[in-house]
Parts: sequence; structure tokens; C-alpha cells
Amino acid sequence: MRKIPVHFIMAFMLVLLSSVSINAQNDKKAENAKFNEKCLKCHGQSKYKYINSESGTEVTRRMYIETIINRSQFAESNHKTFKCIDCHSADYDTFPHPGRLRMETKYACIDCHGDDEKYAKFQFEKIESEYQASVHSTKHGEDFNCWMCHNPHSYKINARSENKIKDIVAYDNAICLNCHADITKYQMLTDKVNPDIIQKHKWLPNQALHFKSVRCIECHARTNDSILVAHNIQPKAKAVRRCVECHSTNSILMASLYKYKVKEARSKVGFYNGVIMNEGYVIGANRNYYLGLLSLILFGCVAAGILIHASMRIIKRKK
Amino acid sequence: MSQKIYLYPVWIRLWHALNAILIILLVITGISMQFTNPANPFIRFDIAVSMHNISGILLTVNYMFFVIGTFTTPNGRFYKLSLKGLIPRLIKQFTYYTFGIFKHEPTPFPVTKDSKFNPLQQFTYVAAMFVLVPIVIITGWALLYPEIILTKFFGGSGLKVTDFFHVIIGFFVSFFMFVHVYFCTIGATFVSNFKSMITGFHETH
Repeated sequence: MRKIPVHFIMAFMLVLLSSVSINAQNDKKAENAKFNEKCLKCHGQSKYKYINSESGTEVTRRMYIETIINRSQFAESNHKTFKCIDCHSADYDTFPHPGRLRMETKYACIDCHGDDEKYAKFQFEKIESEYQASVHSTKHGEDFNCWMCHNPHSYKINARSENKIKDIVAYDNAICLNCHADITKYQMLTDKVNPDIIQKHKWLPNQALHFKSVRCIECHARTNDSILVAHNIQPKAKAVRRCVECHSTNSILMASLYKYKVKEARSKVGFYNGVIMNEGYVIGANRNYYLGLLSLILFGCVAAGILIHASMRIIKRKK
Repeated sequence: MSQKIYLYPVWIRLWHALNAILIILLVITGISMQFTNPANPFIRFDIAVSMHNISGILLTVNYMFFVIGTFTTPNGRFYKLSLKGLIPRLIKQFTYYTFGIFKHEPTPFPVTKDSKFNPLQQFTYVAAMFVLVPIVIITGWALLYPEIILTKFFGGSGLKVTDFFHVIIGFFVSFFMFVHVYFCTIGATFVSNFKSMITGFHETH
């Protein structure tokens, strides 16, 4: 009988195992979704109904926008397999909800993701310390938290994905604009008048193209070699303003927006920062080494030709 | 004995002077942006961008002035490239420049009132003014308004293709400029052609 190679068996086992784990995850998601539906019956829509125990009549009320959970976004999010009560108190199962639950301490990312082998590659501890150094933390202290940018009910991993750069940019910039372009949210933390982002960035050439092609954090956050997405948001005065920081062969974009793609695929086709070119083009950062060399050689030939011709004219001039 | 012919009317001299200044500015700022280096910028990037943009816009206006002027005045006849016998004429002029000139032979196509350019000049000027310069102008405007560029061009980024055309053709224009300036020294005397740019009179050999 022909022997089946060991690596074939191992590959088969691996496929089987991963399908089992995906199935298990899907099962858990479906099971929890059913469980969560008890909460989403009210929190999954803009209004909720209850029977007034005094009058016995049905009352319809509007749900506060902050407490509405978008079902489809949640089902796509990183926390999709969770039960609501994994993070919130189980006492929420009574209605009206007990008043003391308002004081419930909410988890921060680090509370679950810190010191966890499974999440080691994300470096949550470093993210936490970078965040602590950022203006969001130094200016607003406890008033600011992870959830202001990363909605736990809808957040999904973005930079570490095969998504198109333009989509990553749009998703990430929406996080900043959520407060920085919305006066009501912005003024939750400050009495300042919301800065007009378009007006403030008037100096930036091709503003619309920049906004579509790079994230706010490219200029407004200090990069850190060991984490993928910079969390150390800098004060306005320290934002990058020098064009060459990106528009040069050692473009900072390689250490920020394109960091993941750079790590995944190092490009050596003769283009400086070639990975940027798959989806964009940055003047000054995307020179071609060979074209540069060719132009220098051509220029040298032209100069040499002129020099020889001029010398010959001088030597052979009429005496 | 040298003889003077009035060949360059005022409008051509003005156009040529402005064209020269703008092209020099565009080449210098273009090279500065292309080979930009944060530690040692030749011209600071944002300043180079502004200078390049302004010069480019002025060059477009000046180019339109040239095109209109050329097609509405007798100047246009100098640019009518006759394909008949073009290659032998080009070779004849090329041979003169590479050999004849050193033997002090008479120029094969002397400058007259009706023939301002020799065949090699005519060919390169037509190529420069009606092929290369329009390409850099069109691609330059496209880069100035990148939102109007087709985002995908044969599967690649439209911006990338546009910029490649702009930079490569831009290099050819700069090569043309160097050779053009050098050939200017080949006149009745070393400086006579430069004087003509100011006076309008061409001095024949």
C-alpha cells in the first residue's frame, strides 16, 4: 500500500483543526447573539417600549443615542463573540435597570488585553504608555478613555489588515473626526471652540488628496518602533509640517501608514519606498533608482559631448 | 564679411526671455523636489512646490502667447517641418556640426530672412515646442489638480503614470535646454547669438 506522506496528514489535521475553531467561534457567536438579543431588543433600536406599572399602559420612549448598539456593526466587530454581560453587570437583566449600575466601572483595553500572551503582538502595554504620554491623556486625564476612539461595540482591527490603504485611512480619520469635527462631542472635554479643520489645514497643498491618502496621526502622532499604530498624539505645535518628512526617500510614511504592508512585503523593484506605490504616489518618496541613474548617465553624456565639442572648437579655431 | 538680418521681432524676444527664465526655474525647483533630502534640502520643499507651481502657470500663459503669435504671424513658416528629404538634411547638418565646423567649412544651411533655422534646429524646436512642452504642461496641470486625474490607469495609479511622464519629459526638456544654450555659442562669434536675443538682429558668418 502506498504510504501517505506525514506532512500531508499534518496539513489535513491543521485544516480540520482550524475549521473546528472557526466553527466553534461561529457557534459561540450565534449562541451569544441569541443571549444578547435580550438587551438589543431595546438597545438595538432608537426607541423602546415598556408597561407603566402604575397606569398599566404601554409607553414608548426614545433610546439615548449613546446607548444604542448597532447590531450589524457589533456582529462585525472584534468583540462580536462576547455576551453583553461579559463586560456589563448581570444585574442589567432587570427593568428598570438599578440606578447604582450607572456607577459601574467600565473596563479599559488594558484591563483585558494587558499581560496576555494571546495579545502580546499588539503590545497593549506599550500602547497604554504611549497613550499616557499623549495630549489626550495629559490634557484630559481620566475624562478621556480608550472608548472615545475605539468604540468597544463596533471597533474592528484596521491597520493590521489587507484592507486598501484608502479604506484604512478613511476608517481611522473618521475616529478623529468623530470628536474633532463634532462640536457637541468636542466640547464634552473642553470649552474651546471646535477648530475648523479645513481652515486650519489651508496651508497644506492638495488638501483633499492628503486627507484621503494619509491619516491624521501621520502628522499628529509620534511613531514608536515597537507598536504598529502610533498612539502618542502630539500637541498642535509639534505636528509634522515639513513636507520632506514624507516627501523624501526616507519617508516617515514607511514607519506609520505603510508599516504593516512594509513588514508583510518588502519591495525591491528599484523604487524607493515601492510599497507606497501599490496604492498611492508620493512625490520625492517614490523615485526609481534606475531612472535616477539613467538620467545621471544621460546628463553626463550630454555634458561630456558639449565639453569635447567645445574643446575641439577651441583647438581648431582660426589662427 | 558678416551681415545683419532682423530676424527676431520684439514679441519673440520677450517670449524667449521669459520662457528661458521660467524653464530654468522649473528645472531647478523640479530637481530639488525630485531629489529632496530632509537633512539638506537644496530648496525647501514647500518653497520649491510654490515656485514650481507659479512658474508652471506662467509658462502655460507664455506658451499660449507663443502658439498664438506663431500661428498668426509669419513666424509660423519657420516651424513648417517638411518631411521630404528630412533625414538627408538632418544628416548633412549633423555632419557639419561633428566634422565640418572644425574644418571651417561654410554652414550647409545659412540663415536667411526666410530660413531662420537649420534642419536640425527646426526638427528639435518643433519636437520641443509642439511635443515635449505640451506634455509637461498637461501633466503638470494634472498634478496641480490631482483630483481630476483618472485614479486607475491600466491598473496602476493614475498619479504615478502622470508624474512619470512629467518627470521623464521634464528631464528631456532640461537636456534640450543645455544643448540649446551650448549651440548658441556657435555663431558669428562666441556671443553674437546672445546679443541677437537682445537686439533682434542675427549676425551671419
